[in-house]
Amino acid sequence: MTEQPIIYTEHLTKRFGDFTAVDAISFEVQKGEIFGFLGANGAGKTTAMRMLCGLSLPTSGKATIAGFDVYKQTEKIKQNIGYMSQKFSLYEDLTIKENIRFYAGIYGKSDAFIKDKTAQLLQQLNLEAEGDKLVGSLPLGLKQKLAFSVAVFHEPQIVFLDEPTGGVDPVTRREFWNMIYEAATAGITIFVTTHYMDEAEYCNRISIMVDGKIEALDTPAGLKETYNAATMDDVFLQLARKATRSDA
Amino acid sequence: MSAVAVHNLVKQYKSGKAIIEAVQGVSFDVARGELFGIIGPDGAGKTSIFRMLTTLLLPDSGGATVDGSDIVKDYQAIRQKVGYMPGRFSLYQDLTVEENLHFFATIFKTSVTENYTLIKDIYVQIEPFKTRKAGKLSGGMKQKLALCCALIHKPVVLFLDEPTTGVDAVSRKEFWDMLRNLRQQGITILVSTPYMDEASLCDRVALMQKGKIMTTGTPQQIIQSFNHNILAVKAQNMYGLLQVLKQWNAIEDAYSFGEYHHVIMKERYDKKVMRQYLASTGYADADIHAVTPTIEDCFMQLMQHKHD
Ligand SMILES: Nc1ncnc2c1ncn2[C@@H]1O[C@H](COP(=O)(O)OP(=O)(O)OP(=O)(O)O)[C@@H](O)[C@H]1O
Ligand SMILES: [Mg+2]
Repeated sequence: MTEQPIIYTEHLTKRFGDFTAVDAISFEVQKGEIFGFLGANGAGKTTAMRMLCGLSLPTSGKATIAGFDVYKQTEKIKQNIGYMSQKFSLYEDLTIKENIRFYAGIYGKSDAFIKDKTAQLLQQLNLEAEGDKLVGSLPLGLKQKLAFSVAVFHEPQIVFLDEPTGGVDPVTRREFWNMIYEAATAGITIFVTTHYMDEAEYCNRISIMVDGKIEALDTPAGLKETYNAATMDDVFLQLARKATRSDA
Repeated sequence: MSAVAVHNLVKQYKSGKAIIEAVQGVSFDVARGELFGIIGPDGAGKTSIFRMLTTLLLPDSGGATVDGSDIVKDYQAIRQKVGYMPGRFSLYQDLTVEENLHFFATIFKTSVTENYTLIKDIYVQIEPFKTRKAGKLSGGMKQKLALCCALIHKPVVLFLDEPTTGVDAVSRKEFWDMLRNLRQQGITILVSTPYMDEASLCDRVALMQKGKIMTTGTPQQIIQSFNHNILAVKAQNMYGLLQVLKQWNAIEDAYSFGEYHHVIMKERYDKKVMRQYLASTGYADADIHAVTPTIEDCFMQLMQHKHD
Protein backbone atom coordinates (compact mmCIF):
# COMPACT_ATOMS: atom_id res chain seq x y z
CA MET A 1 0.00 0.00 0.00
CA THR A 2 1.37 3.44 -0.86
CA GLU A 3 1.02 6.00 1.85
CA GLN A 4 -1.76 8.55 1.61
CA PRO A 5 -0.64 12.17 1.81
CA ILE A 6 -1.44 13.50 5.25
CA ILE A 7 -2.64 16.77 3.76
CA TYR A 8 -4.42 16.65 0.44
CA THR A 9 -6.13 19.55 -1.30
CA GLU A 10 -7.71 19.89 -4.72
CA HIS A 11 -8.91 23.27 -6.02
CA LEU A 12 -9.52 24.38 -2.46
CA THR A 13 -11.17 27.80 -2.56
CA LYS A 14 -12.43 30.41 -0.13
CA ARG A 15 -14.43 33.46 -1.13
CA PHE A 16 -15.52 36.38 1.03
CA GLY A 17 -18.33 37.96 -1.01
CA ASP A 18 -16.82 38.64 -4.44
CA PHE A 19 -13.29 38.40 -3.15
CA THR A 20 -11.42 35.12 -3.66
CA ALA A 21 -8.98 34.88 -0.76
CA VAL A 22 -7.81 31.33 -1.58
CA ASP A 23 -8.05 30.46 -5.24
CA ALA A 24 -8.21 26.78 -6.16
CA ILE A 25 -5.07 25.54 -4.45
CA SER A 26 -4.00 21.93 -5.01
CA PHE A 27 -1.09 20.34 -3.15
CA GLU A 28 -0.09 17.41 -0.99
CA VAL A 29 2.04 17.09 2.12
CA GLN A 30 3.55 13.76 3.19
CA LYS A 31 3.66 12.44 6.72
CA GLY A 32 6.65 13.69 8.72
CA GLU A 33 7.44 16.57 6.37
CA ILE A 34 8.28 20.08 7.51
CA PHE A 35 6.25 22.06 5.02
CA GLY A 36 6.77 25.83 4.76
CA PHE A 37 3.71 27.76 3.61
CA LEU A 38 5.03 31.13 2.43
CA GLY A 39 3.46 34.13 0.79
CA ALA A 40 3.21 37.91 0.96
CA ASN A 41 0.82 39.69 3.31
CA GLY A 42 -2.74 39.01 2.27
CA ALA A 43 -1.76 36.13 -0.02
CA GLY A 44 -4.23 33.87 1.78
CA LYS A 45 -2.06 31.76 4.09
CA THR A 46 -4.08 32.19 7.28
CA THR A 47 -7.34 31.73 5.40
CA ALA A 48 -6.10 28.50 3.84
CA MET A 49 -4.73 27.24 7.12
CA ARG A 50 -8.04 27.84 8.90
CA MET A 51 -9.81 25.69 6.31
CA LEU A 52 -7.25 22.93 6.73
CA CYS A 53 -7.77 23.04 10.50
CA GLY A 54 -11.51 22.64 10.15
CA LEU A 55 -12.11 26.13 11.55
CA SER A 56 -13.61 27.62 8.42
CA LEU A 57 -15.68 25.98 5.70
CA PRO A 58 -14.30 26.10 2.14
CA THR A 59 -16.41 27.72 -0.58
CA SER A 60 -15.46 24.91 -2.96
CA GLY A 61 -12.83 22.31 -3.71
CA LYS A 62 -11.65 19.30 -1.74
CA ALA A 63 -9.33 18.71 1.16
CA THR A 64 -8.57 15.89 3.55
CA ILE A 65 -6.43 16.16 6.66
CA ALA A 66 -5.11 12.88 8.06
CA GLY A 67 -7.75 11.27 5.86
CA PHE A 68 -10.61 13.36 7.27
CA ASP A 69 -12.81 15.58 5.16
CA VAL A 70 -12.73 19.34 5.85
CA TYR A 71 -16.47 19.68 5.18
CA LYS A 72 -17.87 16.74 7.09
CA GLN A 73 -15.31 15.64 9.66
CA THR A 74 -14.12 18.84 11.29
CA GLU A 75 -14.35 17.36 14.79
CA LYS A 76 -12.11 14.47 13.79
CA ILE A 77 -9.68 16.94 12.24
CA LYS A 78 -9.50 19.04 15.39
CA GLN A 79 -8.64 15.95 17.44
CA ASN A 80 -5.84 14.98 15.11
CA ILE A 81 -4.14 18.31 14.69
CA GLY A 82 -2.57 21.05 16.77
CA TYR A 83 -2.89 24.71 15.81
CA MET A 84 -0.97 27.82 16.84
CA SER A 85 -2.79 30.84 15.51
CA GLN A 86 -1.11 33.99 14.19
CA LYS A 87 -2.26 35.84 17.27
CA PHE A 88 -1.09 34.38 20.53
CA SER A 89 -3.02 31.24 21.35
CA LEU A 90 -2.77 30.78 25.11
CA TYR A 91 -4.71 32.52 27.89
CA GLU A 92 -2.57 35.33 29.28
CA ASP A 93 -4.48 35.49 32.55
CA LEU A 94 -4.17 31.79 33.33
CA THR A 95 -1.01 30.23 34.72
CA ILE A 96 1.20 27.93 32.68
CA LYS A 97 -0.23 24.83 34.37
CA GLU A 98 -3.82 26.05 34.01
CA ASN A 99 -3.30 26.60 30.29
CA ILE A 100 -1.93 23.10 29.84
CA ARG A 101 -4.78 21.56 31.83
CA PHE A 102 -7.34 23.57 29.87
CA TYR A 103 -6.09 22.42 26.47
CA ALA A 104 -5.47 18.85 27.54
CA GLY A 105 -9.03 18.80 28.88
CA ILE A 106 -10.43 19.70 25.47
CA TYR A 107 -8.90 16.58 24.03
CA GLY A 108 -10.28 14.38 26.80
CA LYS A 109 -6.89 13.14 28.01
CA SER A 110 -6.73 11.19 31.26
CA ASP A 111 -5.47 12.80 34.47
CA ALA A 112 -2.47 10.49 34.57
CA PHE A 113 -1.53 11.38 31.00
CA ILE A 114 -1.88 15.09 31.73
CA LYS A 115 0.19 14.86 34.89
CA ASP A 116 3.11 12.99 33.31
CA LYS A 117 3.14 15.01 30.18
CA THR A 118 2.93 18.32 32.06
CA ALA A 119 5.97 17.46 34.14
CA GLN A 120 7.86 16.42 31.03
CA LEU A 121 6.89 19.58 29.19
CA LEU A 122 7.87 21.91 32.03
CA GLN A 123 11.20 20.16 32.29
CA GLN A 124 11.88 20.50 28.56
CA LEU A 125 11.18 24.21 28.72
CA ASN A 126 13.13 24.69 31.96
CA LEU A 127 9.98 25.93 33.63
CA GLU A 128 9.68 23.47 36.51
CA ALA A 129 9.74 26.22 39.13
CA GLU A 130 7.40 28.47 37.18
CA GLY A 131 4.29 26.41 36.49
CA ASP A 132 2.16 28.75 38.60
CA LYS A 133 3.25 31.93 36.82
CA LEU A 134 0.77 33.77 34.65
CA VAL A 135 1.44 33.21 30.97
CA GLY A 136 1.02 36.95 30.40
CA SER A 137 4.22 37.63 32.36
CA LEU A 138 6.46 35.43 30.17
CA PRO A 139 8.69 36.82 27.43
CA LEU A 140 7.29 36.28 23.94
CA GLY A 141 9.83 33.68 22.85
CA LEU A 142 9.02 31.52 25.83
CA LYS A 143 5.28 31.98 25.31
CA GLN A 144 5.67 30.77 21.75
CA LYS A 145 7.66 27.73 22.81
CA LEU A 146 5.01 27.00 25.41
CA ALA A 147 2.22 27.46 22.85
CA PHE A 148 3.99 24.99 20.59
CA SER A 149 4.32 22.44 23.40
CA VAL A 150 0.64 22.87 24.14
CA ALA A 151 -0.27 22.49 20.46
CA VAL A 152 1.50 19.11 20.34
CA PHE A 153 0.51 18.08 23.88
CA HIS A 154 -2.23 15.69 22.75
CA GLU A 155 0.21 14.05 20.29
CA PRO A 156 -1.51 15.14 17.08
CA GLN A 157 -0.53 13.88 13.65
CA ILE A 158 -0.05 17.36 12.23
CA VAL A 159 0.66 20.73 13.76
CA PHE A 160 -0.23 23.98 12.01
CA LEU A 161 1.89 26.98 12.99
CA ASP A 162 0.90 30.44 11.75
CA GLU A 163 3.95 32.74 12.05
CA PRO A 164 5.12 31.21 15.32
CA THR A 165 8.41 33.11 15.47
CA GLY A 166 7.41 36.68 14.55
CA GLY A 167 9.18 39.08 16.94
CA VAL A 168 11.11 36.35 18.75
CA ASP A 169 14.83 36.86 19.56
CA PRO A 170 17.43 35.12 17.39
CA VAL A 171 18.51 32.60 20.01
CA THR A 172 14.98 31.58 21.01
CA ARG A 173 13.95 31.46 17.35
CA ARG A 174 16.56 28.75 16.83
CA GLU A 175 15.45 26.92 19.95
CA PHE A 176 11.92 27.01 18.55
CA TRP A 177 13.09 25.43 15.30
CA ASN A 178 14.88 22.81 17.31
CA MET A 179 11.54 21.89 18.86
CA ILE A 180 10.05 21.72 15.38
CA TYR A 181 12.80 19.32 14.28
CA GLU A 182 12.28 17.13 17.31
CA ALA A 183 8.54 16.95 16.70
CA ALA A 184 9.14 16.12 13.03
CA THR A 185 11.61 13.42 14.00
CA ALA A 186 8.91 11.95 16.24
CA GLY A 187 6.71 11.71 13.14
CA ILE A 188 4.56 14.83 13.54
CA THR A 189 3.96 16.63 10.27
CA ILE A 190 4.73 20.35 10.46
CA PHE A 191 2.86 22.97 8.44
CA VAL A 192 4.35 26.39 9.12
CA THR A 193 4.16 29.95 7.82
CA THR A 194 6.94 32.47 8.32
CA HIS A 195 8.23 35.75 6.97
CA TYR A 196 11.82 34.91 7.95
CA MET A 197 13.56 33.70 4.82
CA ASP A 198 16.30 31.90 6.76
CA GLU A 199 13.56 29.74 8.26
CA ALA A 200 12.33 28.83 4.79
CA GLU A 201 15.67 27.04 4.42
CA TYR A 202 14.85 24.82 7.38
CA CYS A 203 11.80 23.31 5.65
CA ASN A 204 11.84 20.14 3.55
CA ARG A 205 9.58 21.73 0.96
CA ILE A 206 7.93 25.11 0.64
CA SER A 207 5.10 26.60 -1.31
CA ILE A 208 4.83 30.27 -2.18
CA MET A 209 1.38 31.77 -2.44
CA VAL A 210 0.64 34.84 -4.54
CA ASP A 211 -2.84 36.38 -4.64
CA GLY A 212 -4.55 33.26 -3.34
CA LYS A 213 -2.78 30.83 -5.68
CA ILE A 214 0.21 28.58 -5.12
CA GLU A 215 2.77 29.89 -7.60
CA ALA A 216 5.66 27.63 -6.70
CA LEU A 217 6.24 24.48 -4.69
CA ASP A 218 9.56 22.68 -4.30
CA THR A 219 12.51 22.12 -1.98
CA PRO A 220 14.43 25.30 -1.06
CA ALA A 221 17.32 24.17 -3.26
CA GLY A 222 14.97 23.36 -6.14
CA LEU A 223 13.34 26.79 -5.96
CA LYS A 224 16.66 28.59 -5.92
CA GLU A 225 17.67 26.67 -9.01
CA THR A 226 14.40 27.26 -10.88
CA TYR A 227 14.46 30.98 -10.15
CA ASN A 228 18.18 31.25 -10.64
CA ALA A 229 18.47 32.90 -7.26
CA ALA A 230 21.27 32.89 -4.69
CA THR A 231 18.96 33.07 -1.69
CA MET A 232 15.35 32.32 -0.74
CA ASP A 233 14.96 36.04 -0.26
CA ASP A 234 15.57 36.46 -4.01
CA VAL A 235 13.09 33.73 -4.90
CA PHE A 236 10.45 35.31 -2.70
CA LEU A 237 11.09 38.75 -4.14
CA GLN A 238 10.69 37.54 -7.70
CA LEU A 239 7.41 35.78 -6.95
CA ALA A 240 5.73 38.06 -4.43
CA ARG A 241 6.20 41.17 -6.56
CA LYS A 242 3.72 39.68 -9.05
CA ALA A 243 0.77 40.33 -6.73
CA THR A 244 -1.88 42.55 -8.29
CA ARG A 245 -5.26 41.84 -6.77
CA SER A 246 -7.73 44.35 -5.33
CA ASP A 247 -11.34 44.70 -4.18
CA ALA A 248 -12.48 46.63 -7.23
CA MET B 1 20.22 70.14 20.01
CA SER B 2 19.44 66.47 19.64
CA ALA B 3 16.05 65.41 18.32
CA VAL B 4 15.78 62.93 21.17
CA ALA B 5 17.93 62.87 24.33
CA VAL B 6 17.38 60.11 26.86
CA HIS B 7 19.07 60.07 30.29
CA ASN B 8 19.02 57.11 32.58
CA LEU B 9 15.41 56.23 31.94
CA VAL B 10 13.90 53.70 34.35
CA LYS B 11 10.53 51.96 34.32
CA GLN B 12 9.27 49.12 36.48
CA TYR B 13 5.96 47.30 36.55
CA LYS B 14 4.40 45.27 39.30
CA SER B 15 3.02 41.88 38.39
CA GLY B 16 1.53 40.30 41.49
CA LYS B 17 4.42 40.24 43.91
CA ALA B 18 7.07 40.32 41.25
CA ILE B 19 8.65 43.51 39.97
CA ILE B 20 9.43 43.61 36.28
CA GLU B 21 12.32 45.90 35.49
CA ALA B 22 11.25 46.81 31.99
CA VAL B 23 13.73 49.64 31.41
CA GLN B 24 16.85 49.70 33.56
CA GLY B 25 18.64 53.03 33.16
CA VAL B 26 18.74 53.57 29.43
CA SER B 27 20.55 56.55 27.85
CA PHE B 28 21.04 57.53 24.21
CA ASP B 29 20.88 60.50 21.85
CA VAL B 30 19.36 60.75 18.43
CA ALA B 31 20.53 63.53 16.10
CA ARG B 32 18.17 65.51 13.93
CA GLY B 33 17.33 63.71 10.73
CA GLU B 34 18.84 60.48 11.98
CA LEU B 35 17.30 57.06 11.42
CA PHE B 36 17.91 55.37 14.75
CA GLY B 37 17.08 51.73 15.40
CA ILE B 38 16.38 50.01 18.68
CA ILE B 39 17.03 46.39 17.91
CA GLY B 40 15.84 43.73 20.28
CA PRO B 41 13.31 40.98 20.77
CA ASP B 42 9.84 41.37 22.17
CA GLY B 43 10.13 42.07 25.89
CA ALA B 44 13.45 43.92 25.64
CA GLY B 45 11.81 47.14 26.84
CA LYS B 46 11.43 48.85 23.48
CA THR B 47 7.73 49.53 23.81
CA SER B 48 8.09 51.02 27.31
CA ILE B 49 10.74 53.42 25.99
CA PHE B 50 8.53 54.43 23.07
CA ARG B 51 5.55 54.98 25.35
CA MET B 52 7.59 57.16 27.70
CA LEU B 53 9.02 59.21 24.82
CA THR B 54 5.55 59.75 23.38
CA THR B 55 4.27 60.80 26.87
CA LEU B 56 1.84 57.91 27.22
CA LEU B 57 3.72 56.51 30.21
CA LEU B 58 5.59 58.28 33.04
CA PRO B 59 9.13 57.19 33.84
CA ASP B 60 9.94 56.11 37.41
CA SER B 61 13.20 58.04 37.20
CA GLY B 62 15.48 59.60 34.65
CA GLY B 63 14.17 61.76 31.85
CA ALA B 64 14.18 62.64 28.20
CA THR B 65 13.52 65.44 25.75
CA VAL B 66 11.94 65.15 22.33
CA ASP B 67 12.57 68.03 19.93
CA GLY B 68 13.63 70.08 22.98
CA SER B 69 10.46 69.40 24.96
CA ASP B 70 10.51 67.54 28.26
CA ILE B 71 8.54 64.28 28.25
CA VAL B 72 6.96 64.97 31.63
CA LYS B 73 6.43 68.75 31.69
CA ASP B 74 5.76 69.46 28.03
CA TYR B 75 3.66 66.47 27.15
CA GLN B 76 1.08 68.46 25.23
CA ALA B 77 3.69 70.00 22.95
CA ILE B 78 5.18 66.57 22.29
CA ARG B 79 1.87 65.00 21.37
CA GLN B 80 1.38 67.63 18.66
CA LYS B 81 4.72 67.10 17.00
CA VAL B 82 5.40 63.40 17.14
CA GLY B 83 3.91 60.53 15.22
CA TYR B 84 3.59 57.20 16.97
CA MET B 85 2.85 53.83 15.54
CA PRO B 86 2.33 51.40 18.39
CA GLY B 87 3.04 47.75 17.80
CA ARG B 88 -0.57 46.68 18.19
CA PHE B 89 -4.15 47.89 18.35
CA SER B 90 -3.74 51.31 16.82
CA LEU B 91 -6.51 51.04 14.25
CA TYR B 92 -10.25 51.19 14.53
CA GLN B 93 -11.16 47.68 13.43
CA ASP B 94 -14.70 48.59 12.41
CA LEU B 95 -13.71 51.60 10.30
CA THR B 96 -12.58 51.09 6.73
CA VAL B 97 -9.02 51.70 5.54
CA GLU B 98 -10.01 55.09 4.17
CA GLU B 99 -12.00 56.06 7.24
CA ASN B 100 -9.11 55.25 9.56
CA LEU B 101 -6.79 57.49 7.58
CA HIS B 102 -9.27 60.38 7.53
CA PHE B 103 -9.90 59.97 11.22
CA PHE B 104 -6.21 60.35 12.07
CA ALA B 105 -5.85 63.31 9.74
CA THR B 106 -8.82 65.00 11.38
CA ILE B 107 -7.64 64.67 14.98
CA PHE B 108 -4.42 66.45 13.97
CA LYS B 109 -6.40 69.11 12.11
CA THR B 110 -4.94 68.27 8.74
CA SER B 111 -6.22 66.45 5.68
CA VAL B 112 -5.17 63.37 3.77
CA THR B 113 -4.53 65.37 0.59
CA GLU B 114 -2.26 67.86 2.37
CA ASN B 115 0.36 65.27 3.24
CA TYR B 116 -0.45 62.57 0.71
CA THR B 117 3.05 62.58 -0.80
CA LEU B 118 4.44 61.37 2.52
CA ILE B 119 2.37 58.21 2.56
CA LYS B 120 1.86 57.61 -1.13
CA ASP B 121 4.42 54.82 -1.64
CA ILE B 122 2.94 52.65 1.04
CA TYR B 123 -0.70 53.71 0.73
CA VAL B 124 -0.95 52.67 -2.91
CA GLN B 125 -0.38 49.09 -1.78
CA ILE B 126 -3.50 49.05 0.39
CA GLU B 127 -5.57 51.54 -1.60
CA PRO B 128 -7.16 48.75 -3.68
CA PHE B 129 -8.77 47.68 -0.39
CA LYS B 130 -9.70 51.14 0.87
CA THR B 131 -13.35 50.31 1.52
CA ARG B 132 -12.51 47.20 3.53
CA LYS B 133 -12.85 47.26 7.33
CA ALA B 134 -9.46 47.36 9.02
CA GLY B 135 -10.44 44.30 11.07
CA LYS B 136 -10.59 42.23 7.89
CA LEU B 137 -7.14 43.11 6.57
CA SER B 138 -4.34 40.57 6.76
CA GLY B 139 -1.72 41.10 9.50
CA GLY B 140 0.77 42.87 7.27
CA MET B 141 -1.82 45.04 5.57
CA LYS B 142 -2.82 46.40 8.98
CA GLN B 143 0.77 47.43 9.66
CA LYS B 144 0.92 49.41 6.46
CA LEU B 145 -2.28 51.25 7.26
CA ALA B 146 -1.09 52.01 10.80
CA LEU B 147 2.08 53.57 9.42
CA CYS B 148 0.10 55.80 7.08
CA CYS B 149 -2.03 56.91 10.03
CA ALA B 150 1.05 57.80 12.12
CA LEU B 151 2.53 59.85 9.28
CA ILE B 152 -0.46 61.73 8.05
CA HIS B 153 0.17 64.85 10.18
CA LYS B 154 3.82 65.16 9.08
CA PRO B 155 5.45 64.72 12.49
CA VAL B 156 8.88 66.15 13.44
CA VAL B 157 9.89 62.90 15.11
CA LEU B 158 8.37 59.60 14.13
CA PHE B 159 8.28 56.68 16.60
CA LEU B 160 7.67 53.31 15.03
CA ASP B 161 7.35 50.38 17.40
CA GLU B 162 7.98 47.14 15.52
CA PRO B 163 6.39 48.42 12.32
CA THR B 164 7.50 45.42 10.30
CA THR B 165 6.63 42.57 12.63
CA GLY B 166 4.44 40.26 10.56
CA VAL B 167 5.25 42.15 7.37
CA ASP B 168 6.43 40.03 4.44
CA ALA B 169 9.99 40.17 3.13
CA VAL B 170 9.14 42.19 0.02
CA SER B 171 7.06 44.74 1.88
CA ARG B 172 9.76 45.08 4.52
CA LYS B 173 12.18 46.19 1.81
CA GLU B 174 9.69 48.70 0.47
CA PHE B 175 8.97 49.87 3.98
CA TRP B 176 12.63 50.62 4.65
CA ASP B 177 13.02 52.40 1.33
CA MET B 178 10.18 54.55 2.47
CA LEU B 179 11.74 55.26 5.85
CA ARG B 180 14.88 56.43 4.13
CA ASN B 181 12.77 58.71 1.93
CA LEU B 182 11.14 60.19 5.00
CA ARG B 183 14.52 60.82 6.54
CA GLN B 184 15.55 62.71 3.39
CA GLN B 185 12.64 65.00 4.11
CA GLY B 186 14.12 65.84 7.49
CA ILE B 187 11.96 63.66 9.71
CA THR B 188 13.84 62.07 12.61
CA ILE B 189 12.90 58.43 12.96
CA LEU B 190 13.15 56.09 15.93
CA VAL B 191 12.26 52.60 14.94
CA SER B 192 12.28 49.39 16.92
CA THR B 193 12.49 45.98 15.33
CA PRO B 194 13.10 42.36 16.18
CA TYR B 195 14.50 41.78 12.66
CA MET B 196 18.27 41.86 12.90
CA ASP B 197 18.73 42.37 9.16
CA GLU B 198 16.97 45.72 9.46
CA ALA B 199 19.67 47.03 11.76
CA SER B 200 22.04 47.48 8.84
CA LEU B 201 19.55 49.88 7.26
CA CYS B 202 19.74 52.35 10.17
CA ASP B 203 22.25 55.18 10.61
CA ARG B 204 22.87 54.04 14.16
CA VAL B 205 21.42 51.34 16.35
CA ALA B 206 21.13 50.37 19.99
CA LEU B 207 21.08 46.63 20.60
CA MET B 208 18.77 45.98 23.52
CA GLN B 209 17.92 43.04 25.71
CA LYS B 210 16.10 42.67 29.04
CA GLY B 211 15.73 46.36 29.75
CA LYS B 212 19.31 47.32 28.96
CA ILE B 213 21.22 48.61 25.99
CA MET B 214 24.04 46.18 25.27
CA THR B 215 25.78 48.41 22.74
CA THR B 216 25.21 51.46 20.54
CA GLY B 217 26.90 52.41 17.29
CA THR B 218 26.72 52.44 13.53
CA PRO B 219 26.07 49.02 12.03
CA GLN B 220 29.70 48.99 10.80
CA GLN B 221 31.07 49.75 14.26
CA ILE B 222 29.07 46.94 15.77
CA ILE B 223 30.23 44.46 13.18
CA GLN B 224 33.85 45.57 13.54
CA SER B 225 33.74 45.01 17.27
CA PHE B 226 32.96 41.32 16.73
CA ASN B 227 36.29 39.73 17.55
CA HIS B 228 36.04 36.15 16.31
CA ASN B 229 36.21 34.45 12.95
CA ILE B 230 33.03 32.96 11.57
CA LEU B 231 32.95 30.01 9.20
CA ALA B 232 29.81 29.14 7.26
CA VAL B 233 29.36 25.40 6.77
CA LYS B 234 26.94 23.34 4.75
CA ALA B 235 26.50 19.59 4.10
CA GLN B 236 23.81 17.12 3.09
CA ASN B 237 22.69 16.35 6.63
CA MET B 238 22.46 19.77 8.25
CA TYR B 239 20.98 18.56 11.54
CA GLY B 240 23.70 15.95 12.07
CA LEU B 241 26.37 18.44 11.05
CA LEU B 242 25.24 20.86 13.74
CA GLN B 243 25.40 18.16 16.44
CA VAL B 244 28.93 17.24 15.40
CA LEU B 245 30.04 20.89 15.38
CA LYS B 246 28.57 21.54 18.81
CA GLN B 247 30.69 18.73 20.27
CA TRP B 248 33.93 20.24 18.99
CA ASN B 249 36.10 22.07 21.50
CA ALA B 250 37.61 24.42 18.91
CA ILE B 251 34.44 26.48 18.72
CA GLU B 252 32.75 29.14 20.80
CA ASP B 253 29.34 28.57 19.30
CA ALA B 254 27.54 26.99 16.35
CA TYR B 255 24.01 27.67 15.17
CA SER B 256 21.89 27.46 12.05
CA PHE B 257 21.89 30.45 9.76
CA GLY B 258 19.57 29.89 6.81
CA GLU B 259 21.18 27.64 4.24
CA TYR B 260 24.41 27.37 6.32
CA HIS B 261 25.46 26.91 9.90
CA HIS B 262 27.56 29.68 11.38
CA VAL B 263 30.47 28.52 13.49
CA ILE B 264 32.24 30.98 15.78
CA MET B 265 35.81 29.73 15.99
CA LYS B 266 38.05 29.97 19.01
CA GLU B 267 41.28 31.84 18.42
CA ARG B 268 43.96 30.12 16.35
CA TYR B 269 41.54 27.65 14.76
CA ASP B 270 40.83 28.02 11.07
CA LYS B 271 39.17 26.48 8.04
CA LYS B 272 41.91 23.89 7.59
CA VAL B 273 41.44 22.51 11.09
CA MET B 274 37.72 22.40 10.54
CA ARG B 275 38.09 20.51 7.29
CA GLN B 276 40.18 17.89 9.10
CA TYR B 277 37.74 17.63 11.95
CA LEU B 278 34.74 17.28 9.68
CA ALA B 279 36.51 14.70 7.51
CA SER B 280 37.15 12.64 10.62
CA THR B 281 33.47 12.80 11.61
CA GLY B 282 32.01 11.80 8.26
CA TYR B 283 31.50 15.23 6.72
CA ALA B 284 34.39 15.29 4.25
CA ASP B 285 32.18 16.87 1.59
CA ALA B 286 31.17 19.87 3.73
CA ASP B 287 31.26 23.25 2.04
CA ILE B 288 33.20 25.63 4.32
CA HIS B 289 33.97 29.29 3.83
CA ALA B 290 34.73 32.36 5.90
CA VAL B 291 32.02 35.01 6.24
CA THR B 292 31.80 38.49 7.72
CA PRO B 293 29.59 38.65 10.76
CA THR B 294 26.09 40.07 10.48
CA ILE B 295 24.27 42.06 13.14
CA GLU B 296 22.40 38.87 14.00
CA ASP B 297 25.71 37.13 14.80
CA CYS B 298 26.77 40.10 16.94
CA PHE B 299 23.48 40.17 18.76
CA MET B 300 23.58 36.48 19.56
CA GLN B 301 27.13 36.78 20.81
CA LEU B 302 26.15 39.67 23.11
CA MET B 303 23.09 37.78 24.32
CA GLN B 304 25.14 34.73 25.29
CA HIS B 305 27.55 36.84 27.30
CA LYS B 306 24.71 38.43 29.25
CA HIS B 307 23.50 34.97 30.13
CA ASP B 308 26.80 33.95 31.68
N1 LIG C 1 -13.35 37.47 7.11
C1 LIG C 1 -12.87 38.07 6.01
N2 LIG C 1 -13.66 38.85 5.23
C2 LIG C 1 -13.17 39.46 4.13
N3 LIG C 1 -11.90 39.34 3.69
C3 LIG C 1 -11.07 38.59 4.42
C4 LIG C 1 -11.50 37.91 5.62
N4 LIG C 1 -10.43 37.23 6.12
C5 LIG C 1 -9.40 37.48 5.28
N5 LIG C 1 -9.77 38.28 4.26
C6 LIG C 1 -8.93 38.74 3.14
O1 LIG C 1 -8.35 37.61 2.51
C7 LIG C 1 -7.03 37.91 2.07
C8 LIG C 1 -6.06 36.87 2.65
O2 LIG C 1 -5.94 37.09 4.05
P1 LIG C 1 -5.03 36.15 4.97
O3 LIG C 1 -5.22 36.63 6.37
O4 LIG C 1 -5.33 34.75 4.65
O5 LIG C 1 -3.57 36.51 4.45
P2 LIG C 1 -2.14 35.99 4.95
O6 LIG C 1 -1.50 35.35 3.77
O7 LIG C 1 -2.29 35.18 6.17
O8 LIG C 1 -1.39 37.35 5.25
P3 LIG C 1 -0.33 37.78 6.44
O9 LIG C 1 1.02 37.33 6.00
O10 LIG C 1 -0.40 39.28 6.43
O11 LIG C 1 -0.80 37.17 7.72
C9 LIG C 1 -6.75 39.34 2.50
O12 LIG C 1 -7.00 40.20 1.40
C10 LIG C 1 -7.75 39.58 3.62
O13 LIG C 1 -8.08 40.94 3.74
MG1 LIG D 1 -1.67 35.38 8.17
